[in-house]
Amino acid sequence: MTSPWQALARPRYLRTRWPWRSAAYLLSSAFTGIPVLLAMVLLAVFSLVGVGLPLLLLVGLPLAAVERWRLRIVDSEPAPSPHRDPAEPGVLAWARLRFTEQATWRELAYAVLHALVLWPLDVLAVGVALVAPAGMMLAPVQLAMDGHEARVIKIWLVDSYPEAFALAVGGVVLLAVLLYPLGALAGARAAFTRLLLAPKESEVLRSRARLVDSFEAERRRIERDLHDGAQQRLVALTMTLGLARLDAPPGPLADRIATAHDEAGQVLVELRELIQGIHPQVLTDYGLGAALEDVADRSAVPVDTDLDIPRLPGQVETAAYFAVCEALANVAKHSGAGRAEVTAHHRRGRLEVVVRDDGRGGATLPDSGSAAGAEGTGLTGLADRLSVLDGTLSITSPPGGPTALRLEIPCRPCP
Amino acid sequence: MPPLSVVLAEDSVLLREGLTGLLARFGHEVVAAVGDAGALPAAVASYRPDIVVTDVRMPPAFQDEGLRAALALRAEQPALPVLVLSQYVQRSYAAELLDTGDGTGVGYLLKDRIGQVEEFVTALESVAAGGTVVDPEVVRQLLRRRRDPLEKLTPREREVLGLVAEGKSNAAIARALVVTEAAVGKHIGNILGKLGLPQADDTHRRVLAVLAFLKA
Repeated sequence: MTSPWQALARPRYLRTRWPWRSAAYLLSSAFTGIPVLLAMVLLAVFSLVGVGLPLLLLVGLPLAAVERWRLRIVDSEPAPSPHRDPAEPGVLAWARLRFTEQATWRELAYAVLHALVLWPLDVLAVGVALVAPAGMMLAPVQLAMDGHEARVIKIWLVDSYPEAFALAVGGVVLLAVLLYPLGALAGARAAFTRLLLAPKESEVLRSRARLVDSFEAERRRIERDLHDGAQQRLVALTMTLGLARLDAPPGPLADRIATAHDEAGQVLVELRELIQGIHPQVLTDYGLGAALEDVADRSAVPVDTDLDIPRLPGQVETAAYFAVCEALANVAKHSGAGRAEVTAHHRRGRLEVVVRDDGRGGATLPDSGSAAGAEGTGLTGLADRLSVLDGTLSITSPPGGPTALRLEIPCRPCP
Repeated sequence: MPPLSVVLAEDSVLLREGLTGLLARFGHEVVAAVGDAGALPAAVASYRPDIVVTDVRMPPAFQDEGLRAALALRAEQPALPVLVLSQYVQRSYAAELLDTGDGTGVGYLLKDRIGQVEEFVTALESVAAGGTVVDPEVVRQLLRRRRDPLEKLTPREREVLGLVAEGKSNAAIARALVVTEAAVGKHIGNILGKLGLPQADDTHRRVLAVLAFLKA
C-alpha cells in the first residue's frame, strides 16, 4: 500500500498503521506551517524597507524540500524535486535559473496556502477527529475525579457511571468512524502536495521520449548494418571489378567490365549519401560543431557558420543537427535565398542555434499535431522532437524576409 | 617502386583479403593484417612496415578507433607513413590526420578509391614516399564553400590547390588542367605567396598550403 486512499479501501483499515500515519502527517503540518508563516511575516517586513523581497519570493524552495520529504509519512512513492541543476557554479546562476522555473512559483503558491490555510485546517481536523472521541472515552475517569457530575467535552452533563460508560463506548465508535475521513483528508493533502511540488511528467511526454530514443537507436542500427554489410561488400566488388578491368584484354568484354565498374562506383557514392542521411557518424565522432560545418559544406545555398559549442548529450546533438539540416533544405527549396548563416552557441545552460537566410520570408511553423502543409511537415516533426528535450523552436519570417529559425535546448556540456 | 611492406588494419575479412591480394598484384607485401585497432601498435612494433594502412571504423566500439590508433602511431613515430581508409567525406577526420607529424607521409582516402586500383596503389606509394594525399571527393566538398583565407585566391588557383591536396605533381596537374607545367608552377607560386607561407623547401610549403586549405 502506498497511500492512505488505497489503505481506506481495505476492510482492515482501522487495524493498520494508516490512521495513525495520516494523523501524524496532518499534525506535523504545523511544524512546517508555523515557521514558514513566521519567516514570511519577517521577510515581508524587511521587504517593506527594501530588502528581503527576493528571499520572500524564494521562501517556497526550502519549504517544498521539507514538504516533499514529509510526504514520505503517507506516500512511499519518491517525490523528486522538479528543479534543474544550474549549469554554471555561483549564486547568481542559481538564482537566475530558479526565478525562471515554473516550479519556483508553484512552490511559492504552495507556501502561501500552507502558511495561511492548510496547516491550521490540518491541525483542526486532527483535533476534531482525535480529541472529541478521546474526551468521550475519558468520561468515566472525569466522573470519578469530579465526584457526582461531569461535563464531557463541554457538551454532555453526565451524573452516573452507566451514562459515562455509554459515552465512552460512543467515543470508541466515533473514533473508529472519524478515522476514515481523517485518512481521506491526509490522502487529499498528500495528493495536493505532490501535484504542486512534485508533478509527474505526463505519460504522453515520457512515451514520446521513449519513442524518439528507440527511433534513434534504430537509425543507428540501420546505419551500422549498412556500413558493415552492404558498403564493405560493394567496396570489395568494385575492387574485384577494378582488377578485372586491369586484366581484361581490350574488346567488348573489357568495355562491359568498365561499365559495371563505373556503376558499382556510382552505387557506392549513393549508398554513402544515404547512410550519411540516416545517421552521420561525424556527429558521434566529432560532435555537433563538425557535423554542422559539414552540412554547411554540402548545402546548395552558400552558408556562413559561426559555431562555438562543446560536446553535448547525444540526443541534443542529434535533434539540433537534423533541425539545421531540415532548415537548410527548406532554405534551398523555398526561400529563394542567396545566402544563409548558421550560428550556434552554448550559453547559460542552453544550446542556441539560429539559421538565417536572406530569402523572401513568409515561412511558418505549422501547429504541432495539425495536418501540416507539405512545406512544414519536416519542421513539425522536429518541433516534436525538441519538445521531448524541453527545447523550443521558433521562426520569424516577415513577408519579404529575412527568415530566422531559432531553436533552444536546455542541456549541459559533456565532460 | 621497390616493394613495400604493409601492415593492414581492417575488420572486414573480405576487404582484408582483397587488399592483400590487390597489393600483392602490384608487388607489395602485406606483412601483417589485423582485424581490430587494438592489435595495430603491436603489429607495427614487430614488423616495422614501410606503411600502415588502416580503416577508420573498427572494433571494439565501431567508432573511429582506427583513426585514433593511426594518430597515436603518428604521435610516437611522426615519420611513419600512414594511409587511412574511410567511408566519411567530412573534413574533420582528414584534418586531424594531417595535423600529425609535419603533415607529410599521410593519406586520407575514401574506400571507394580502392576500386580505382591503379590510382589507389599510386596514392599508397606516394604516401609511403612521404607525400600527402587527400581524397578528391573530400577536396571537392571543401571547394564548394568559400573560406576566408582562400578568398584571395582566384578560381583557377583554388582549382590548382585542390589538385595539390590530392597529392598530384606539377606535371599531373598540368595534364589535368591542360596547361603547361610552367603555368602550374606560376599558379602554385602565387598560391603560396597569397597564403603567406614562409620561404622554405618546396615540398613542405606545398603541405602547408594543403593544411591551410583543409582547415580554412
